[in-house]
Amino acid sequence: MNTQLLLIQVFNGLVNGAFYALLSLGLAVIFGMLRIVNFMHGALYMLGAFTAFALGQAFGLGFWPSLLLAPLLVGALGMLLERTLLSRLYGLDHSYNLLLTFGLTLLTQDLVKQVMLSRFDVSSAPFTPPAALAGVVNLGFVIFPKYRLFVIALALAVCLITWFVIERTRVGATIRAATENPGVTRAFGINVGRWVTGVFGVGVALAGLAGVLAAPIYSVEPYMGAELIITTFAVVVIGGMGSILGSVVTGFAVGVLSAIGAAFYPPIANTLVFILMAVVLLVRPSGLFGLPEGAR
Amino acid sequence: MSAVSTPLPAADGRARRTRAAWLAGLGLALLALPHVIYPVLAIDILAWGLFAVAFDLLFGFSGLLSFGHAAFWGVSAYASAYLLGHGQGVPVALLGGTAAALLLAVPVGFLSVRSLGIYFSMITLAFAQMLSFLALQWTDVTGGENGLQGLTRPNLLGLDFTNGVTRYYFALAVFAAGFYVAYRTVRSPFGKTLQAVRDNATRAQSIGYNPTRFKLMAFLISAALSGLAGTLYTFGHGVVSLDVVSWRTSGEVVMMTLLGGTGTLFGPVVGAALVLLLRDVLTEANIPVGIMTGLVFVLVVLFFRRGVVGSVQHWFRRR
Repeated sequence: MNTQLLLIQVFNGLVNGAFYALLSLGLAVIFGMLRIVNFMHGALYMLGAFTAFALGQAFGLGFWPSLLLAPLLVGALGMLLERTLLSRLYGLDHSYNLLLTFGLTLLTQDLVKQVMLSRFDVSSAPFTPPAALAGVVNLGFVIFPKYRLFVIALALAVCLITWFVIERTRVGATIRAATENPGVTRAFGINVGRWVTGVFGVGVALAGLAGVLAAPIYSVEPYMGAELIITTFAVVVIGGMGSILGSVVTGFAVGVLSAIGAAFYPPIANTLVFILMAVVLLVRPSGLFGLPEGAR
Repeated sequence: MSAVSTPLPAADGRARRTRAAWLAGLGLALLALPHVIYPVLAIDILAWGLFAVAFDLLFGFSGLLSFGHAAFWGVSAYASAYLLGHGQGVPVALLGGTAAALLLAVPVGFLSVRSLGIYFSMITLAFAQMLSFLALQWTDVTGGENGLQGLTRPNLLGLDFTNGVTRYYFALAVFAAGFYVAYRTVRSPFGKTLQAVRDNATRAQSIGYNPTRFKLMAFLISAALSGLAGTLYTFGHGVVSLDVVSWRTSGEVVMMTLLGGTGTLFGPVVGAALVLLLRDVLTEANIPVGIMTGLVFVLVVLFFRRGVVGSVQHWFRRR
């Protein structure tokens, strides 16, 4: 195998890994803190990309404003969904969250499909990266598209910030307290419900951000989150459901491993993650970074 | 699943009468079906109905939410299609498909029933995804993207399978056999133990039952019945494609079961019929299937968790 080619594969793996990491980080925040299994995460990622596309079509907004605005809008939608629908299921078995969000996924995908067809006359649309990030950069040993490097860097930064806020700041401590022991936290005068909604909004906004970032690489289409969410769930399970660090590390690692696997045997790329997942679950049922069930 | 409860055995006389009423009603409806709707759709209702019953055996009665049940349905659909395509008769296809599902379920079940809750859902999903990968890649056997098409069903014992109605009644007999197995399983001491394990695994263990072994048994029975249902799908359509192993298929059987009523056995059949009839109407009216399907899913989970049959039973029991 040519070293140059392998390096390119590793870089592309890091790009995919950036998306896995952002998505599984959002899932980990939502599951780890709220115990919600959000199957809709892939659809919200798609909504991020779609919102960026629609903002561009309707208001002529470019990439940079969309990069800020689309995640905010998606996050706001997430908070609305949490308040109106998901909050009705607290206290019931996790399965109901999974089922509700599965239904919402089907609904969202086909609604967006309808809108794209009727309003914009397309079933999928390309999205150009901003001029500042067009072109390639020579890293000395390999030439690589600028935009992809930007995606890796931004995703890493966002993951680090999220980890820092949750694990190292007072805000993070409050969130953890509110989700681990709602009764006591409430007694301290903290509005737990509002924190829960906020955390869900942030997790969902991460998916929206990933969607906007993905738009210039993959084209914007209603089902772009469908296969991705399944892979991301596998990443989350490998990392240990709810583990912030696990989701980020596993996200990037799975991206790179799949890319290397694909260099030797292309069809394996999409399945390697499920093989990994089965192996990990056999050895460590609670995932690589997860605590055993009941230890939380 | 704590929110859904099965009838207590104490209400026996009345419960038995209700069950008999459901059985009679369902039986009559299924006998009349091919004269009301076209036979391919009618056989589809039987196939998906049995699939949903098999799923309910695991979900409603054992509390295990499999999110990869398409694996068993799909492997059997492919196996039976392969057998039909290679000149085998209908009985061999039915048995071969069911056996394929059971064989697959041995390792998958062994590896997954140890996981709890959402982990179980995820690991079953992972296995289904691996199978779907295999179905895409192994083109010699599965036809890859094209699937297996143009399957013929050789006539059997003087039954003319080119006639849709004849084909339906044959499928109904197979369905009835599968439904009977599920029914007997649930009503047996084994079924009661399963429900005990579902409601409180620790307690069941402390009185001497091995929860894992019971779950594994339920998993195997459920997979075999899903396999039998998968053969009916092949038998009805004469075509098998990658859809049968898609994760959407796994989701759909969950929806049918929920809509009909989990833990009821009759419910999944009603749910399957409602979903398929609804979809038929929607396709005619050119409304995207996902919008309606998704909406039904959301409404059922939020407001109608007992499902159709569960609600009716609940209403009768309260009177």
